[in-house]
Amino acid sequence: MDLASAKMIGAGLACIALVGAGIGIGNVFASLISALARNPAAQGQVQPFAFLGFALAEATGLFGLAIAFLILFVF
Amino acid sequence: MAIELHPLEQFTIERILPLHVGGLDISYTNSALLMTIVVVLITALTVFGTRRAALVPGRLQSFAEMSYEFVANMVESNVGPEGMPYFPFIFTLFMFILFANLLGLIPYSFTVTSHIIVTFAMAAVVFIGVTIIGFVQHGLHFLRLFVPEGVPKILLVLLVPIELLSYFIRPFTLSIRLFANMLAGHTMLGIFAGFAAIVGIFAIFPIAVDVLLLALELLVATLQAYVFAILSCLYLNDAIHMH
Repeated sequence: MDLASAKMIGAGLACIALVGAGIGIGNVFASLISALARNPAAQGQVQPFAFLGFALAEATGLFGLAIAFLILFVF
Repeated sequence: MAIELHPLEQFTIERILPLHVGGLDISYTNSALLMTIVVVLITALTVFGTRRAALVPGRLQSFAEMSYEFVANMVESNVGPEGMPYFPFIFTLFMFILFANLLGLIPYSFTVTSHIIVTFAMAAVVFIGVTIIGFVQHGLHFLRLFVPEGVPKILLVLLVPIELLSYFIRPFTLSIRLFANMLAGHTMLGIFAGFAAIVGIFAIFPIAVDVLLLALELLVATLQAYVFAILSCLYLNDAIHMH
């Protein structure tokens, strides 16, 4: 296997990290919706935490995406 | 299939004013230029926004007041009144990252926060500062932070190294989170712009995706500034209140 195709495969594998980010973001907003459905008055208290959780979950996936970009375009 | 894409080209640092002092390269670069613009903009906002303070605020004044109140509330609710001496630092951090992220979204400008060295410098300042505050406030008692309470002694052998590791990894996660978000977002915009250049008449689709991505990036730019500031607040809370 030559280096170019190995790079492509490596970048593709690194993108699997986004699975976790997807599950995480889905979980965050699913919980937000069910929390607000039970108690709509709590929106002000709950929403900042939801967006914090969204950003944290998204960041872990982006670590993998950044690795994929590094493999493709830097090395 | 050989497509020539250069999505990382936008992150190159160019010297505007080459300057060398004793083997050190201290040239004025496009990164430094953007940082200067950010600082000038924030200063102008806070100075002109509060110069003629009216009872019914205008646009500039309400933006300055809203950003002040937003950060003040964040520090107050996460650290408590003891954290208010550190409010100017958190406010500076938040506004700098916010403006740097937002200015980076303008086409052909430069994203300061897409360089790990910039974000790591800010995260290292937060980490070192918080550690010093902890030791000044609690003395050697601060080391209790690494020993969870009410845990069997035998488990401490396992837990103390984990707590130590999770403490010392903080500057890295804090800086990589911001850097990776900016890098990935802007590279994605670059990749779709590159697609638009090669598909001819169908360029409308990649450009439409870019428009949507830009909206997402606007959210991410604001959110990451918020996350950086609120995590700094939480670390500060750890140092002041010890859990």
